[in-house]
Amino acid sequence: MKSLSPLKWFASREGLYYLALVLLLVAVLPLVLGPFRLNMVGKYLTYAFVAIGLVMCWGKAGILSLGQGVFFGLGGYSMAMFLKLEASSPEATAIQSTPGIPDFMDWNQRTELPWFWEPFNSFSFTVIAIVGVPVLLAFIIGFAMFTRRVGGVYFAIITQAIAAILTILIIGQQGYTGGVNGITDLQTLMGWDIRSDASKNTLYFVTVGLLFLCLFVARMVQNRKLGRILVAMNAQETRVRFSGYDVAAFKIFVFCLAAAFAGIGGAMFTLIVGFMSPSFIGIVASIEMVIFCALGGRLSILGAVYGALLVNAAKSGFSETFPELWPFAMGALFIGVVLAFPNGLAGLYQNYVMPLEDRLFKRSKPELKTAAEPVATRPSAEKADNYDPMTNTCSPEKS
Amino acid sequence: MGTTDTTASGRSFGKGLGFRKSLMTLAASVMLATSAQAATPGTAEVNTTGLAVTDDTVTVGILHSITGTMAISEIGSVQAEKLAIKQINASGGVLGRQIEFVQEDGASDWPTFAEKSRKLLRQDNVAAIFGAWTSASRKAILPVIEQYNGMLYYPTFYEGLEQSPNVVYTGQEATQQILAGIDWAVETKAAKTFYLLGSDYIWPRTSNKIARKHINKLGLNVVGEEYYPLGHTQFNSVINKIKLKKPDVIFASVVGGSNVAFYKQMKAAGVDFTDEKPLLLTISVTEDEIRGIGGENVEGIYASMKYFQSLDNPNNKEFVAAFKEAYGDDMVIGDVTQAAYLGPWLWKAAVEKAGSFDIDKIREVFAGIEFTRAPEGYVRIHENHHLWSKTRIGQAQSDGQYKVVYETEELMEPDPFPEGYQ
Amino acid sequence: MFDGYTSSELMSIFAMQGFAGLSLFSVFVLMALGLAIIFGQMGVINMAHGEFMILGAYTTYLTSGFFQLYLPGLFGGYFFVAMILAFLICSALGALVEWLMIRHLYHRPLDTLLATWGLSLIMQQAYRSIFGAREVGVDLPEWMMGAFSVTDLVELPINGLFVMIIALSTAVAVYLLMYRSGYGKKVRAVVQNRPMAEAVGVNSAGIDRATFALGSGIAGIAGAAFTMIGSTGPSSGQAYIVDTFLVVVFGGAQSLIGTIVSAFGISQAQSTMEFFLSGSMAKVLTLLVVVGILMLRPEGLMALKVRR
Repeated sequence: MKSLSPLKWFASREGLYYLALVLLLVAVLPLVLGPFRLNMVGKYLTYAFVAIGLVMCWGKAGILSLGQGVFFGLGGYSMAMFLKLEASSPEATAIQSTPGIPDFMDWNQRTELPWFWEPFNSFSFTVIAIVGVPVLLAFIIGFAMFTRRVGGVYFAIITQAIAAILTILIIGQQGYTGGVNGITDLQTLMGWDIRSDASKNTLYFVTVGLLFLCLFVARMVQNRKLGRILVAMNAQETRVRFSGYDVAAFKIFVFCLAAAFAGIGGAMFTLIVGFMSPSFIGIVASIEMVIFCALGGRLSILGAVYGALLVNAAKSGFSETFPELWPFAMGALFIGVVLAFPNGLAGLYQNYVMPLEDRLFKRSKPELKTAAEPVATRPSAEKADNYDPMTNTCSPEKS
Repeated sequence: MGTTDTTASGRSFGKGLGFRKSLMTLAASVMLATSAQAATPGTAEVNTTGLAVTDDTVTVGILHSITGTMAISEIGSVQAEKLAIKQINASGGVLGRQIEFVQEDGASDWPTFAEKSRKLLRQDNVAAIFGAWTSASRKAILPVIEQYNGMLYYPTFYEGLEQSPNVVYTGQEATQQILAGIDWAVETKAAKTFYLLGSDYIWPRTSNKIARKHINKLGLNVVGEEYYPLGHTQFNSVINKIKLKKPDVIFASVVGGSNVAFYKQMKAAGVDFTDEKPLLLTISVTEDEIRGIGGENVEGIYASMKYFQSLDNPNNKEFVAAFKEAYGDDMVIGDVTQAAYLGPWLWKAAVEKAGSFDIDKIREVFAGIEFTRAPEGYVRIHENHHLWSKTRIGQAQSDGQYKVVYETEELMEPDPFPEGYQ
Repeated sequence: MFDGYTSSELMSIFAMQGFAGLSLFSVFVLMALGLAIIFGQMGVINMAHGEFMILGAYTTYLTSGFFQLYLPGLFGGYFFVAMILAFLICSALGALVEWLMIRHLYHRPLDTLLATWGLSLIMQQAYRSIFGAREVGVDLPEWMMGAFSVTDLVELPINGLFVMIIALSTAVAVYLLMYRSGYGKKVRAVVQNRPMAEAVGVNSAGIDRATFALGSGIAGIAGAAFTMIGSTGPSSGQAYIVDTFLVVVFGGAQSLIGTIVSAFGISQAQSTMEFFLSGSMAKVLTLLVVVGILMLRPEGLMALKVRR
């Protein structure tokens, strides 16, 4: 990628896309929506973090994780543990038999704070944990699996099992985790009330800010050599390996990156929603996150943001007006996206709107196509020699 | 509601069905508890906090899951709440105002519950919310409802350990169900040993904790305690353990789909509950659940709850008839459905006693509010916002109904933070 | 933990526990066989597998209702009719799904996961709209309830035995079909090398459709059998999906024998641990062990040696 000066970059097509998203999230939505709806948009955006991570590891590198909810949850739980400790000051919990520990521990006859809760008294530790814990787990999983060349479907199913394990564990160990109810009744962040309208507004803008930070990181990775290797790996893993690259290391890296994004999203989710519970970790939640990414366009990080926004907005809208129809619509959406628009909204945009733009603005074919990375992979090529249906996701474009 | 108003409504509805007559009697009984006020007080007077109250209507919210995994359980509550609202409207409404409701779907998803309760309180300004079923959904709603000072009427029997100024708990808290149940088993069935079994989440665990303490206080033994993940369907191992330990009583708080598997497999393993060897005492299987399990699979088990559809009293007969008329003859009514039905009536009584829809004024008058026409007989609101109610033991019959075999003499006092049981 | 029991009591318990493990094993086999064909042989990640099973269960429910109404005299035998119907209906739906959806996705296995997940949402909501959100109770004929008493303590549930017999006969039938018939030969040929199979005149599209239908039909039989021991509700199918996939993957996806071996291993591990630990922890430990072994041996227990 040619490096452009920032000004020129914003005038380029890709720059305009980002500008449009900034305008939408920073100006249009806050002006149009009331505080209640804006808070909901904030919640949707926390899922966009996960979706961006999935674009990187599934869309680009071909690693489909059905356990992103795990990382989302770990980030969210880290934040929730900090907030819960703050809400459980000895004064606030004076009626408990052991004041100063979270209420659910007291109900479960715990008389002291478990060791792994202790560090969460510190905000700086919490901030590190929000990214660090998901990344650590992602590293362990990734290291164990990718160095043994587990990929594709196996990886998806194992991550799904991990999501199931974590859910059962959290629900079962309610004295330590709050069980199925989760960690609830979170009030303040370092003395700052997170429940008022004003603070919800602030949290929204913080989320938007962090989201653009993640977009920036993702874009950086995607536009460097690293990003190209990921794409190449997806298409022809063996050839990349034969070219001397350590494929496993790249996969571990991108998986950890996705986990970090998900962790940040989870932490913001806890702040915005005000609690964290195992239902955001499980299989259903994790698969829904994949669909946000698939709808937006699995190859486009911007598409992922729109995908998360649209699916969730549709979910809220539909379930308010036609609760019975919502699962049908959602199901049809899954099938439709996969069958008809494998590249999601971004693919549609690239195929139909972009040519129109070109004609309208008489642009020459721009050299920047990053918003939706052109399809560089050809499944047919590999089918001929070593096509392996188990370990490979192929490029979605058929025609 | 004032004297003159009651007579007026009595005149207009007096020629209706017996059902309506009874509603009139109800209105009269509520009236007894209230001081006389103007017929239809002005809106500015009864609503100083900007709730959705007009001169003719008042809007409330219903918030349950009608989609997702919890829909199975929550639909009965929605039906009961709508029925109560319809009946209240037919009897003249609340403070002369017809009740309108906004229904939202919690979609079995806890943030959705929080979100929708916020919508109900902020956008719709509802005067009351009838809703939530699982503890998790209630815990999600709780901060919202406390923040915006709403009032939730929560129907499910639950684990206790909570007492919010913004919630009225119309179901039983754990001690009400458990203590009476165990005492009954010990006194009338001479039970000595207990096996505690539950689904793995907060309600069964808290319930079993209370049960264990109580059993130990009585000087008796718990020979096993076991939890299975929600949705678990293989119970052969625990059935073997039960056979090995030979407890006198299996105390079961298994919920959802697991119930079906558990009772079918117990039956298949040659356990005939009518033999009462061991006796099975559940706190989770209402008539609703039996529909899915099949009456023949649970015949003979005992349940400890406050309400059974077969309760023999005039209130209940009317209620069951009205419910079947509204939703079809094949409907069954479980404990929670009845508790949900109480919500709107209790709210109405409180509003009329306070002479206002304002949450703060209602809260002050809660303690001592009675509902004499409750299908379960008689309930009274305790100052801790739970209900005084009787606990009954029913034995399941093959037709899916319970036969009431025991009823506590006194109303059980609700005690969400039981001393010595924590 | 064994204090205070006589040795005969202990023996009986071990016998019973062994039987519990075996009946869990047959449940796993039934769950996994259909998926082993669809996922293992065809590479389609069918997330709607649980919903196909529940379709079989609802078929059983309807059949039992029909017999009660119109043929009460034959009620004792309705279950066999129900199983055949469940197989037919599920395989018909399977063929339809294959034709509408799956056949466009053979070269994109991960996308089958998303599409079939969508399918499962639609099927669940359809059950909810048709049968109501509540679970339905399926009446069983009298002879299927109760137990054989071998000794005082050892009692073998009849429906457990029945599930075992169904599992065994289904497994044998699938084995014969896949390894001892012309059809099976074609399926294996298509799986191993599609272009070559086509070149020698195998109608690979037809084979695909038949195979998918077969897998769905077996899911239907499993669903019918599970009405005896589990619940039948719109979302009951989801409970099975993780276990089912793990059994198939653990066994080595392409090996039917591997599926059986892995079902045996997982079921014995789980039921033994359940006896000594609480149910939740047993489940967590079993899953952890399976995931751990899969990390060490990603190709599963019985990998087919294929040159990659």
